[in-house]
Amino acid sequence: MSLKGKAWKFGDSISTDHIAPGRYFHLRTNLPELAKHVLEDADESFAAGLEPGDFVVAGRNFGLGSSREHAPRIIKLAGINAVLAQSFARIFFRNAINVGLPVLEVDTSGIEPGDQLEVDLEAGEVRNITRGETLAFAPLPPVMVKILADGGLVEHFKKYGDFNLKSG
Amino acid sequence: MGSTLAEKIIAEHVGRDVAPGEIVVTGVDVTALQDGTGPLALQQLEELDMVRAVNPGRTILFMDHAAPSPRKELSNAHQVLRSFARATGAVASDINEGVCHQRLVESYASPGDILIGADSHTCTSGALAAFATGMGSTDVAIGIATGRTWLKVPETLRVVVSGEFSQGVCAKDLMLHLIGELGADGATYMAMEFTGPAVERMNMSERFTLANMAVEAGGKTGLFAADATTRAYLEEQGRGEDYRQLGPDPDAAYTLTLNVDVDGLEPTVAAPHTVDNTMTAAAAAGRQVQQVFIGSCTNGRIEDLRIAASILRGRERHPHTRLIVTPASRRVYLQAAAEGLLKDFVEAGAIVTGTGCGACVGVHGGVLGDGEVCVSTQNRNFHGRMGNVKSYIYLASPATAAATAIAGEIVDPREGYLEPQG
Repeated sequence: MSLKGKAWKFGDSISTDHIAPGRYFHLRTNLPELAKHVLEDADESFAAGLEPGDFVVAGRNFGLGSSREHAPRIIKLAGINAVLAQSFARIFFRNAINVGLPVLEVDTSGIEPGDQLEVDLEAGEVRNITRGETLAFAPLPPVMVKILADGGLVEHFKKYGDFNLKSG
Repeated sequence: MGSTLAEKIIAEHVGRDVAPGEIVVTGVDVTALQDGTGPLALQQLEELDMVRAVNPGRTILFMDHAAPSPRKELSNAHQVLRSFARATGAVASDINEGVCHQRLVESYASPGDILIGADSHTCTSGALAAFATGMGSTDVAIGIATGRTWLKVPETLRVVVSGEFSQGVCAKDLMLHLIGELGADGATYMAMEFTGPAVERMNMSERFTLANMAVEAGGKTGLFAADATTRAYLEEQGRGEDYRQLGPDPDAAYTLTLNVDVDGLEPTVAAPHTVDNTMTAAAAAGRQVQQVFIGSCTNGRIEDLRIAASILRGRERHPHTRLIVTPASRRVYLQAAAEGLLKDFVEAGAIVTGTGCGACVGVHGGVLGDGEVCVSTQNRNFHGRMGNVKSYIYLASPATAAATAIAGEIVDPREGYLEPQG
């Protein structure tokens, strides 16, 4: 599957408080409304400016902090194709896979805001069309490939009625 | 080769030896949700037509992040949790009971358990030798309905602590110092295992503080061996029968061992806006502070309140510095009342609130104004954490926080605040 869109660039240590601020705690039962504030505390222009299919591109330890699954859910709901980062905090990483949001560990240092990207999940590649560069991302563990391919953990359970994490 | 504590607990659950990196599907003993993450979890169970709790007495729904509810949306979220509890027999821990992690260690987590909670500081229960870890709503929902989850067996980072804390320095200072050394992703997906002579001497409250913040270094959980101190704590909570001795094997293999000597460790703070941005309180001294918060799952226990009260007794908060004290649970609140600590706080100019998480997560009860600085005993100082992205949070120990409330600016508590007044 190939995904195309432009890059929104963020720095290191983007926390779940940046993504889904605590002051909108009461909107957690209203995800479409919460999604209007996605990443607001990192970039106020992001939610209003993004186009469906765009990518969130960040530095180290993206998603650190809270276990709030609302964070990857509203990134996905806002129309973001995938999150690319140097590294991820692990609760966020797992939540993203569980909700069917691709999260890719890749060297993002050469990607600039607005760069046109194409991500090939099968080939494990990010092509920076603007800069003519191709980057390889770290493969997901097979368990996560399986859950992501099923569309997230709920879909996985609908399909199998249980954990079915053996690869192949 | 022997097993680390994390490996041993997981191996007991799956009935065979396990190695780091391996993926296992394992039984879970305790599952927990709170009012921020619970409604989404229960919505997933409805979607899966799995509205059930296989182990209802060990499934706890906490109403603590918005307690009492400041808005109708959150009151409605509480209704959802109570209604699930009624339908399934799960435990509703209502607004009066306390912060989930404090309630979990008081009444639910036991040595050898696997505990998953939809809150990142679930790792707190690791201090009772439980493999306790935070997950998202969907993972915990599945755990509630099936009694199982999947895990990658983590590598273990051993932290060996030696030496003695000097007066005015405590476990919080140690943990802030450690996270400053490791970095906020220095223990990513590792189990942290705390050991060494200084750890053996620590009371449970100090151990909870360390375990609580394992996730601030990226850790999966923060573990301690169960020993005589653990036993005494569980007995005090009226559940001595839940104790069993449990520790790592002497020949366990650790990915990394960190040796820390607390002799000479100074009161430490984490400056805005990351937990690993640490410095000594002395280095941050002089920064004007508009609010001090003493509470949370990190430092809202009776031992923390005693330290704060010993500094505040007979003194008064600075007129420009608000002081909010929040006991972490009903038990802590009652004990603080019995010891006269609440009177000390109120006399010093504090507002003592009901138990809960509201101030720390920026929901209600302590939201900061534009440009304001808060010194807090909580575990996170991220941008916007306390409800306002234009504010600044310093993390500190109860002693540093209490002394700061009196001075009106960040101070090292050893600068004349440890001597009793009045």
